Amino acid sequence: MTKLLETIDLKTHFYTYEGVVKALNKVSLVIDQGQTFGLVGESGCGKSVTAHSIMRIIQEPGRIEGGKVIIYLGEKSQCASIDLLQQSEAYMEGLRGNQISMIFQEPNAALNPIMRVGDQVGESFLFHRKKEMCKKIFEALCAPKNNRFHPLKKFQQIVYRSAARNPDAFVLRTMDMIPLIRRWQNRLKKEAKRRAIEIVGRLGIPHPDQIVEQYPHQLSGGMKQRIVIAIALACNPTLLIADEATSNLDVTIQAQILDLLAQLKREAISSILLITHDLGVVAETCDRVGVMYAGNIVEVADVKDLFERPLHPYTMALLDAVPKLSMEGKLKSIKGNVPNLGFPPPGCRFHPRCSYTIDVCRELLPELIEIENNHLTACHWVMERKKTGRIS
Amino acid sequence: MKKILELQDLKKHYPIQKGVFRRTGSTIKALDGIDLDIYRGECLGLVGESGCGKTTTGKVIIRLASPTGGRVYYHREMGNPDDRVDITGLKKSSFKKHHLQGKLQMVFQDPASSLNPRMLVKQIIAEPIKAKVRLKSRVLEDRVIALLNRVGLTEDHLFRYPHEFSGGQRQRIAVARAIAADPEFIVLDEPTSALDVSVQSQILNLLKTIQKTLGLTYLFVTHHLLVVKYISDRTAVMYLGKIMEVASTADLFSTPLHPYTHALLSGIPIPEVGRKKHRMILSGDVPSPANPPPGCRFHTRCPFVLDRCRAEEPALVKVGKGHRVACHRQHEIDLLIPKNHNHPNPEISH
Amino acid sequence: MSHRHPRLRELRFTLYRIFRNPSAIIGFTLLLFFTGVALFAPQIAPPKYAHNPYMMPHKGYSPTPKPPSASHIFGTTAGQYDIFYGAVWGTRTAFKIGLFVVGIAVLVGITLGSLSGYYGGIVDELLMRLTDVMWAIPTLVLAMAIVVAFGRGLDKIMIALALVHWRWYVRVIRSEILTLRDRDFVQAAQILGISDLKIILRHLLPNAIYPVLIIASMDMGSMVITASFMSFVGLGAAKGYADWGQMVALARNYIIGPPDDPLKFWYTIAVPGGCIVLFVLAWNLIGDALRDAFDPKLRRR
Repeated sequence: MTKLLETIDLKTHFYTYEGVVKALNKVSLVIDQGQTFGLVGESGCGKSVTAHSIMRIIQEPGRIEGGKVIIYLGEKSQCASIDLLQQSEAYMEGLRGNQISMIFQEPNAALNPIMRVGDQVGESFLFHRKKEMCKKIFEALCAPKNNRFHPLKKFQQIVYRSAARNPDAFVLRTMDMIPLIRRWQNRLKKEAKRRAIEIVGRLGIPHPDQIVEQYPHQLSGGMKQRIVIAIALACNPTLLIADEATSNLDVTIQAQILDLLAQLKREAISSILLITHDLGVVAETCDRVGVMYAGNIVEVADVKDLFERPLHPYTMALLDAVPKLSMEGKLKSIKGNVPNLGFPPPGCRFHPRCSYTIDVCRELLPELIEIENNHLTACHWVMERKKTGRIS
Repeated sequence: MKKILELQDLKKHYPIQKGVFRRTGSTIKALDGIDLDIYRGECLGLVGESGCGKTTTGKVIIRLASPTGGRVYYHREMGNPDDRVDITGLKKSSFKKHHLQGKLQMVFQDPASSLNPRMLVKQIIAEPIKAKVRLKSRVLEDRVIALLNRVGLTEDHLFRYPHEFSGGQRQRIAVARAIAADPEFIVLDEPTSALDVSVQSQILNLLKTIQKTLGLTYLFVTHHLLVVKYISDRTAVMYLGKIMEVASTADLFSTPLHPYTHALLSGIPIPEVGRKKHRMILSGDVPSPANPPPGCRFHTRCPFVLDRCRAEEPALVKVGKGHRVACHRQHEIDLLIPKNHNHPNPEISH
Repeated sequence: MSHRHPRLRELRFTLYRIFRNPSAIIGFTLLLFFTGVALFAPQIAPPKYAHNPYMMPHKGYSPTPKPPSASHIFGTTAGQYDIFYGAVWGTRTAFKIGLFVVGIAVLVGITLGSLSGYYGGIVDELLMRLTDVMWAIPTLVLAMAIVVAFGRGLDKIMIALALVHWRWYVRVIRSEILTLRDRDFVQAAQILGISDLKIILRHLLPNAIYPVLIIASMDMGSMVITASFMSFVGLGAAKGYADWGQMVALARNYIIGPPDDPLKFWYTIAVPGGCIVLFVLAWNLIGDALRDAFDPKLRRR
C-alpha cells in the first residue's frame, strides 16, 4: 500500500491563561491510499486538533510547534513528497478543498445561512477550478458551431482567453469592481452552478436543480450534511477528513450518510480520515484505526486486530465500557477523569487510570512501537509482556 | 406492578403564528395522542429520532409544558389503583397542596447549561432542599455532602463553580440536585448523550444504583438504542408524535414487530468486526411535524407500505405480554424481514 | 476551602481579562484620579461659603476672564469665578449626576425589564407599550417643561433625566432574560417549585446583568454630557454653581477671543471642556474593557 499522508511527531501547543496546553504530543500516523483511517478517542484527546494541524487551520492561541506532515501527491512515485508545515499559506489555500477536504460535525455552522446552497457548492469550483472553467468556456465560445450572434461575443472571447491563462490578473480583478463590466463572470457562474447540480445529483440527492436554489434553513439535517459533503468533494480531493461528521445525526440518517461515504470511496475519493468517538462507526467503516488519549496516539492497528486483540489498556477499557448488543451484567467504567492537558501526569499520560501500571510508566513516556504485524502500541506493560514472550 | 403515572391520549400542539396579526396557521403536532403507563420502580426507555416528541413527553409529564389535549394521572404510592390525581392542568403552585412538590424531577441533556453558572455547587444542591423545608445551615450542609457522596463526589467540590468541572461531574451534580428534592419519578432527557464513552458508563451505573437504593422510577429518553438496552426494563418507540411499539426491552430487541423498530435496530453501528449485515436503509427524511402524513405516520418511508397504511392510522394493539404495536402488517413482519436479514442480535441466527 | 476562595478566583480572572487591555488601565487610572479629586475636594479647594460649597467664589463682577496666575491657577471665567475651584467641585457634581441618574434608571429598568421578559404575554405587551410611550418623549423637551414648571436647577435636570433614561435598560434586560428564560437551569428551578421572584433574582439577573453593567458605565459619561448641554443651553445649574457645563456656559462669549488673538481666553473653555472629555473618556474606556471581558464568546478560559 502506498502512503498518502504521514504525520511525524506532530506537536501542537495552546498558550492559554492557565498555562501551556500540550494538545498534541508527538503524534505520528500513516494514511495509505484508498484506505479509511479511523481516529478514535474521547473529547479533549486531540483528534480534532490533529485534523486541524494537518490542514494548518489552527488559530491563536494555538501553534504547531514541531513535527512534519508529509503528503505524497502525484502518481505512483513517492518522490512528490511535500512537507505541509513548510509550505506557504498560499499553497495551503490551494490545497484545502482541492486535494484535502474537511467536513465538520455541525452542518448548521458549516453552511452560510444567507447564501443559496448551490452557490456555496459553486464557490469551491470558482476558487479552485477557475482556470479550467475559463478555458472550457473560451473553447465553447470559439467553437464554429456557435452561430448565434451575440454582440459582446468578441469581448467575452478576449476576456475568457486571458482568464484561462491567468485568472488572477490585475486587469480582470479591476474589471470585477466595475458594476456592469462585472457581468462577464456570468458565464463562469453558470458553469459553476451546472457543476454544482451535477455533484449534488451524484450524491443521490433527488431533484438537485431544485435543491440548489434552497437556503440552508429550508433543508433537513441529513440533507445539509450531504450538501457539506458535496462542497467537500466538489474538486475531487484525494483525502477527505470527516471530523465527527455523523455525530449529530439521527441513527437512520447516520446510516444513510455512512452508506454514502462508503459508496463515494469506491468511486471518487481515495482515502478518508474519519474522526469519531463512536466505536461502532469505526468498526463498520474503517480499515485501519488509531486510538488517541490525551494528545498521544496509544494504539494503531487494522480494524480487525484492534477489536479482536486490543493491546493497550486504554483500548481494552474503552471496548469494555461501550454498551453492546450482546452483553450481560454491568458496564465496566474507567475510573478517574481525563487529565488536564495543561498539567499532564508525568510519564505515560494514562497511568493514573490504568490497571496495569508498572514503575516505568510513571516516569517515561512510552514510544509507539510495532508489537505485532502492523499493530503498533505505546505501552510499557505491553512491551514487557512481549519481551517475556507472553505475546507471540 | 403498581402504576405511578398514566398518560391518556396526550396531545401537545404548538401553534405556528403567521402573518402580521399572528394568526395561527398550522400547528406543530409534537405529541399527537400518546397512551402510556409507567409502573413504579421501573425504567421506561423512550426512543426515537429528533422531532419525534420524546423530550416533549417528558416535559409535559413534569408539567414544564401544558398539554393541549388528553390527561396525565398520578397514582399515589399508598393509594389503591383507582385513586388517582389528575395532574393534567395542575398549576405548579397547587403542587404543594397535593403533596406533589418535588416528586417529579428531571435531569437534562446538556450538563453545561443545566447548572446556573453563577451559583456554587453547594447552593445548587441546597436549593431544592430549601424549597421544601427549613433547615439549620449545619444540617443543610451535612445533607448536601451526603448527597454529593451518593453521586460520587466529595466535600471538596462544595465551593466550586460548575465550569470548573468536567461534563461527567456536572452531570453528577445535576443528578444530585434531582434527588435532593426526594423525588419518586425522574425524567432523564438524554443524560449521557453529551458525555464521553468512559464517562457515560460511569453515569449509567450510577443511575442504576441510585434507582435501586432510592426506589425511583425513571423515564429514560434517548436516541441511543444500546444505552436503552442496558438501562431500561421496558422500551417505547416513538415516531412523529405517536408511539409505534411498546415492549419489554428484551422482547423489543429480540422480536421487534414494527418496521421502524427494525430500521432503528439495523442502523446501530456495532462495535464488533466481521458481522456482515444487510442494513435496512430508510429512504427520505423525517416529515415535518407540522404536516404529518395521513394514515400511518411512517408510511412515507416504510418499505412495506400498503394502500391501507396511507389511509388508515393503525391503533396500538396488544400482541403479547406487555407488547403493543401500531402497524397494519405486524403479523406478517416475519415474512417481510427474514430473521437474519438485518438482525444485529446474535442470538437469532439461521 | 472557604467561601471566599472561588469568588476571589473568579474576581481575579475577571480583573485579568479587563486589564489585559491597555486602554482599560488608562481609563481606570483616570477614573481613580477623578474619584480622588472628588473625595478630597474640600482639601484641594477649600470652600469659601461654608453653607454651600458649590458656589464658586468670585472677586468682583468684571465680565472679562483673567488668565491663569498665582492666585487663580486656571484663571477666572466671565464674572470672575475661579476656574480651578469650579473644576474641582465640578467633579463632585459630575459624580452626583451620573450616580443618581444611572442608579435610578438601572433600578427601574431592571424591575420592569425582568417582569416583562419573564412573564411575557399581556404583562410584556403592557410594559413594552408603556416603554414605547416613554421613548416618544424627547429628553430635552421634558427638561424644558420641568424647568418651566419648577424653575431652573441641576436637581430638576437630574430628575428629568432619571424620569426617561430607564427606557434603555428595560430593553436590554428584557432581551437578556428572554434568552435565559428557556435555559435548562431555569427550567430545573421551575420544576423544583421555586417562586418566580427567587428565580428572577437568583438565577436570571446574575446572568443577565453583564450588558447592563457595560451600558451603565458608558452612561455615566454620557449623562454628564447631557447635563452639561442642558446647563450650556441655560436649563441646568444656576450661574455660579460649580458644574463643568455651567462653566462652559459662562465661557460662551469667550470661546473665540478678539480677532488678533483668538485663543486669548483658551482656559475658560479648555479646562471645563477638558474635564468633561477626560471624565467621559474614562468611563467609555472602562465600558469598552468590560465589554471585552464579558463577551461570552471571548470569555472561554
